[in-house]
Amino acid sequence: MSTHYDVIVVGGGVTGLSSAWWLARDGLRVLVLDKGVVGAEASSRNGGGASHYQSPLFVEEQRLWPMMDELLGYPTEHQPERVIIATNQHDLDHYHFIAGMCDEMGYRVDRLDPQAARELVPIAGDNCLGGIHYRFGGHANPQRTVQAYAWALQDLGGRLIQHCPVLSIDSTGGKVTGVTTPQGQFSCGSLVVAAGPQIMALLEPLGITVPLVAARAEMIVTEPAPLMRYGGVDGNGLYGRQTMRGNLAFGGGPHEWIDTRPEGVRARPTTTLSRNLARRVAELFPRAAHLNVIRSWAGVIENTPDGRPVLDRIDNVVVATMSGVGFGLSPATGHAVRDLVVEGHCTFAEISKLTLARFADLASDWRETAGWLPLGAA
Amino acid sequence: MTRIHDAFAIDGKIAPPDELYDVVVVGAGPAGLGAALAAAQAGRQVLLIDEHPVAAALAGTDVPLWFGGRATTALQSPERLIETLVENEPLIADCFEAGVDVRLGTTAWGLWRNRDACGALPRAMLGLSDGQRAWTIGFEALVLATGARDCALGFAGWDQPGVMGALAFETLVARYDAFAGERVVILGSGELARETALLAHARGITVVAMIEVRDAAQCGIAGMTVMAGHRVIRAEGGSDGVERLIVAAADGAEQSIVCDTVIMAIDAVPAIELAEVAGAGVSTEPMRGGAVIPGGAGEVLPGIWLAGAATGLMGSRDDALAQGRAVMALVLGLGQDGMLSKTTGEFDRMVYRNDWLRALVATSPDTTMVCQCEEVTRADLIGVQPPNYLARSEHMGQRSLGTLLEDGPPDAEQVKRLTRAGMGVCQGRRCREQVSLLLAMAANLPPASAPRGNWRVPVRPVPLGVMADWQETAAMSAGWDVWFGIRKQWIPYRDIGTPEEARKIATIGGSGHL
Repeated sequence: MSTHYDVIVVGGGVTGLSSAWWLARDGLRVLVLDKGVVGAEASSRNGGGASHYQSPLFVEEQRLWPMMDELLGYPTEHQPERVIIATNQHDLDHYHFIAGMCDEMGYRVDRLDPQAARELVPIAGDNCLGGIHYRFGGHANPQRTVQAYAWALQDLGGRLIQHCPVLSIDSTGGKVTGVTTPQGQFSCGSLVVAAGPQIMALLEPLGITVPLVAARAEMIVTEPAPLMRYGGVDGNGLYGRQTMRGNLAFGGGPHEWIDTRPEGVRARPTTTLSRNLARRVAELFPRAAHLNVIRSWAGVIENTPDGRPVLDRIDNVVVATMSGVGFGLSPATGHAVRDLVVEGHCTFAEISKLTLARFADLASDWRETAGWLPLGAA
Repeated sequence: MTRIHDAFAIDGKIAPPDELYDVVVVGAGPAGLGAALAAAQAGRQVLLIDEHPVAAALAGTDVPLWFGGRATTALQSPERLIETLVENEPLIADCFEAGVDVRLGTTAWGLWRNRDACGALPRAMLGLSDGQRAWTIGFEALVLATGARDCALGFAGWDQPGVMGALAFETLVARYDAFAGERVVILGSGELARETALLAHARGITVVAMIEVRDAAQCGIAGMTVMAGHRVIRAEGGSDGVERLIVAAADGAEQSIVCDTVIMAIDAVPAIELAEVAGAGVSTEPMRGGAVIPGGAGEVLPGIWLAGAATGLMGSRDDALAQGRAVMALVLGLGQDGMLSKTTGEFDRMVYRNDWLRALVATSPDTTMVCQCEEVTRADLIGVQPPNYLARSEHMGQRSLGTLLEDGPPDAEQVKRLTRAGMGVCQGRRCREQVSLLLAMAANLPPASAPRGNWRVPVRPVPLGVMADWQETAAMSAGWDVWFGIRKQWIPYRDIGTPEEARKIATIGGSGHL
């Protein structure tokens, strides 16, 4: 098996896999290396939302999602549109403000009175004060989508090696030449580093500082309920969706900042936060309060100081982290990374505000100042 | 040093436990009863909880045991059932007398402690529910005497009422007085099958046949003839479930056995759910019944102890009782490690399960359900095909476990996510052992290396409205955000660096919607 590739992608999450798939569509020889199994981290442990109006990649994301099943050849369970319902006036005002923001950008949002909201969301209760209906965006199944990217990449001749952590990035004369792994060295023309929380430690030896802190966040899921017209329904401090199978999968609430190790986290424990999530789901959907919660889980998510992505190219290295909002944007992120690798710049959107340059003056104690510090595990 | 506070981080938001106990024992089987009595007799404050009798609705989904639709309407009267349970187990009365706080019909569904990647909890906590409300308790010492689960292996017709597990049978017969069958066939001929047959005899239930797939009975069973070297072809029945079981001898001659119940008594599976979700390591030890906590009986995590069938212990009621007492002696500092017998049997339980499963696979079509909840067939599982609600593309048909194996060893969690096997309301209780062994078979791995799916909280299904913390801390309510509460995260890109950015941050304050 050859050990030279046009592009090596470090990290088999949605961002890395979508990037690799886009690059393979260009006919490039691509290798994806993952420390474990594809999408085992935040890429498969999220709410599946795909309505990130704030992103410069959003227009492209919207264009791509309806085509993804066909482009990839495998199901993603993408479903369009999203409904957000309010159980108190504060939330309703907040949703209306967001709706106004979307209006300004040309994304249509319908305002729902209580009756209209309850018609769209039959498991809502008398406490529903109305809501908003995004006539854009949507949601998909993160676990299925990650595998779809991986398979689609392989169908194009791309190579994926799992359980193969990158131990170091090799360089000669300041130019990256490849990576070293327990399975040997692989060389490449370009390198994409999309390794989530592990990005920082991988790039530090090259003198590339990527300010990131990882945190643990939790979700719960119920047994199936009858399907609603729009599965993408949330509110009450929750994000999530009704899956196509009918399960209600929701997260939200406080996160725990944690330390990261080069090899990744050893455990993803949950806490009694499940109970606070259950309460909010029961408040949001009083007519579904009888449904059994059957699982909970935690995921580890990396964040930049401003919560915005880093999509940047330094010589022949592309850095890609979506700062906790990566799944929904992934079809477009891969396109942007492909552009950065192949063209040197993003061809379909202006993304210059997402470079590392914005952190040039970041204080070395920014993490302490923000309070993004781990609790000493007992 | 004063921590600078991220208002939306979990710091200080998790409520302390609702109640505090000195010694808590989960499970009022022989090991748990032995442990609770030993603690009470040593003058300690003890809480003993047991999920039995379980609610009829839960039993209907085969949680926690594989009841197989063979419970009588007695399950509809929980108060009466509690009396029955107490009448059938004299040691519970002994516990009352010794001052143990006994709570029946109370389920332990979660166990949380601070560990790697989690320091948010005020202390280790056990999550309980009585079906009406949930609450948390803290403890100085916790003994998990959670017993075992049924091991279900599918065959043609296994997904109908009347096919059930040996532990569910024992529970319905010996604890609930609520078994609805009359004529049973027992699958297996090891110790568990023998116990099952003896119990049936004692209660006047007719054991029509005992079937063994291996060439000889696995243990002597007085008064019973084991049909060794026989294969199960299928269970047939009508609207009330099983009416007969078709079996075949080595020469292929088929025989129809009239019965109303088929009891799978091939093996029991140590119930390690709570220990695993609390962070205990899990290893596969075939002599102890597969996935178990290393070390067996004793302290498996700080302050958390394991005793009885949950450790993989087989054997008599007296053995379990003695082990429960011995573990409690260690908890109380009254004994030495030597008190615990660490010996295991010499019978390879996973190979035995695997022999059975191989035979069942050979006689059943690959359209046989593996996961009843999510309706995943064996062909779907091995083909790693998506669930029925999704169209199957041409590409999808070219994918299978075989192509997945080219990327690395079989991963039970990955296969679960793709096929949905094990993701239903029974929480994989009816399928996880067979999924694990089927994946191993397809990957040419020995049974001891079978990939396994993990347990998650809640380890029993708990309704949203019951699990909910309706009295959460003020800090939790005040510091709750949809996502991270990072103020700049949701500002439209075009507004970055403009006066609009500050105006929008002031209004939405980091709270976006994904």
